[in-house]
Amino acid sequence: MSLLEIGFHIFDKVGISNYLFLSVLLFCIGLFGVLYRRNAIILLMCIELMLNAVNLMFVSFSSYLGDSNGQLFVFFIMVVAAAEAAVGLAILVSIYRNTRNTDVSFLDNLKG
Amino acid sequence: MLAWIILLPLIGFAFSILFGKKLPKPLVGFIASVVVLGSFLFSIDVFNTVSADPNGISERLFTFLAIDGFNVSFTLFADRITSIMLLVITGVGLLIHVYSISYMSHDEGFYKFFAYLNLFVFNMLILVLGSNLLVLFFGWEGVGLCSYLLIGFWYQNPSFGKAARKAFIMNRIGDLGLLLAIFLCAIYVGSFEFSVISDAAQSGALPEHLITTISILLFVGAMGKSAQIPLYTWLPDAMAGPTPVSALIHAATMVTAGVYLIVRNQALFMLSSSANDLIMFIGLATSLVAAVIALKQNDIKKVLAYSTVSQLGFMFIALGVGAYSAAMFHLVTHAFFKALLFLGSGSIIHAMGDEQDMRRMGGLRKSMPITFITFLIGTLAISGFPFLSGFFSKDEILASAFGHNRWVWGIAIISATLTGFYMFRLLFVVFFGTFRGTKEQKSHLHESPWLMTIPLMILAILSVFGGMLNLPKYAGSLSEKLHHWIEPNLPILRNPVHVSHSIEYMLVGVAIFIFLLAFILQYRKYVLKSAVPEEDNEMSKSALVLANKLYVDEAYDKMFVEPTETLGDYSSWFDRNIIGLIPKSIKGWNTALARLNARVQNGNIEYYLVYMSLAVFLVLFLSAICLKLWN
Repeated sequence: MSLLEIGFHIFDKVGISNYLFLSVLLFCIGLFGVLYRRNAIILLMCIELMLNAVNLMFVSFSSYLGDSNGQLFVFFIMVVAAAEAAVGLAILVSIYRNTRNTDVSFLDNLKG
Repeated sequence: MLAWIILLPLIGFAFSILFGKKLPKPLVGFIASVVVLGSFLFSIDVFNTVSADPNGISERLFTFLAIDGFNVSFTLFADRITSIMLLVITGVGLLIHVYSISYMSHDEGFYKFFAYLNLFVFNMLILVLGSNLLVLFFGWEGVGLCSYLLIGFWYQNPSFGKAARKAFIMNRIGDLGLLLAIFLCAIYVGSFEFSVISDAAQSGALPEHLITTISILLFVGAMGKSAQIPLYTWLPDAMAGPTPVSALIHAATMVTAGVYLIVRNQALFMLSSSANDLIMFIGLATSLVAAVIALKQNDIKKVLAYSTVSQLGFMFIALGVGAYSAAMFHLVTHAFFKALLFLGSGSIIHAMGDEQDMRRMGGLRKSMPITFITFLIGTLAISGFPFLSGFFSKDEILASAFGHNRWVWGIAIISATLTGFYMFRLLFVVFFGTFRGTKEQKSHLHESPWLMTIPLMILAILSVFGGMLNLPKYAGSLSEKLHHWIEPNLPILRNPVHVSHSIEYMLVGVAIFIFLLAFILQYRKYVLKSAVPEEDNEMSKSALVLANKLYVDEAYDKMFVEPTETLGDYSSWFDRNIIGLIPKSIKGWNTALARLNARVQNGNIEYYLVYMSLAVFLVLFLSAICLKLWN
């Protein structure tokens, strides 16, 4: 039995609804973190979490439908997420250099 | 050739206004005078041409406007009437330019002054050279503008600015009449050309009531420009401007534009007896009222201003009785002696350090001999000293009036007598007696520099010999030269009512008598008894009424200005509080809404994220509901 087949077997046994539930749970944790926390580093981590929740959902559906397009998308999202993390951290560093903290609630200079 | 006449002053204007500020004053003045000299030389050329050919010359420059087959061209036209005006404007204008170089030499706005003067000459030349009403109107408004600019030349003084506005607004009232006349011509004649209008009037294409209406409307325009009752009050106030301006614009040229307008449209006026009568009555009333007011004025320039109004009244009497050449003759001689008198008064004011009240002068003949002699000549000329220019020109008007109606002559002769009275009062009070000014002024007294006295002398010579232009009938073969010269350019000839020789001599006798009467009475009062005009608080009631110009200004204020201001106040209240409510409330709501919205945008990213999540949730929720309903 190849590794792929084992994977499919496990997937069938667990059932897609559990995967989706986990994905939604991860997404909500991420969203809640983004909304609730003020530390910019944690914000970035939460965004990563949300992205990965989406990735998980893509993979689940890809496996469920037997369509490899979903897995292709996951690679794209990983690339974008890496880039985003790099840029986000760079911004964070310069914010920290200017304001000596990473609390986003202090960054309200753009108010109308 | 005609184009150069108007172009030269325009070039002068452009030069002074663009480069004049940086250049030395004498150079600016010199160039401004040279361009007028150029126009003068061209005018002499025009004079020679039209002398040979009375039909005149015309030059089409470009199309002014062309709307649906209605074409108005910018055409210049000169015949003998025009050429007289050209010579007066450029000739007297040149002398006044030269005079101003010295008179204005201490003024900061020197270059501006000469720019305005050149612009004025340009517009005045367009006015007299236009071959149609629209071109004339262009110049007409242009001279009005320059008059406004120059009256308010010393704009730092608020009352001078007020005088400028008054002149402009009063002129606008008259201009409305002229404009309406132009519209009527456009509708009923279909052309603005003077020749076409004249032909239409003579051929009977225009009904009589229209001719009368157009004539009267044209005359309303003339009333404004030429300061006739009821629109004359701006002219005395216009004395706020520098004195050369008073001489050029408010004595010699611009104020005679009304006379020119009527002479130019002679055919219309000759065909409407009621318009003629109106002109005659207005002329009579103006000449009399202005002369009476002049008797008690104490500002040297105000006396001359009212005298100008009165003399313009004489010209209109002449126009009203159909003596067009007499009106032109008086226009020319008046330009000479009134420009002379104004420039003379400028010389006095200059020497007195801007003092204009003649009660503070006196005895100036010793310190200012040239000014005195030229001023004396001007006074003699205007009050009708035998064989000077004013004597002939005024006599001709009086004789025409006599031929028309004895009563007209009777009133005119009273005004003529008063002319002598106020002029000799002015002369004696200023130049005779003892000096009444301050010590400082006395030490400062001096004869004006030659740049000012030479124009005075030239004008004095012209005032003496100007009468030669049009000697009366009894001069034999030399007589009525001007009359015969411009006759071919007057469309409708009416044989002037000729009075017999004996009556003519009698009229001359009366004229000499009234001159002597005025001279002797005033000499006795002001020289022998050395009386001085009363101070304001010592005046009798009747004198006070005259010194206050019959309270006409106050009456106009009460009748027109104040009701208009009240109406304006009410209108502005209505606008602010009733009409203004609509935009104000719209603005109010929008501001409130915007304030509310602005609160959402607090710059804090957490809130933005909450809004975003909520919005996404809302969209998803709604789309779920929609999908449910759809299926």
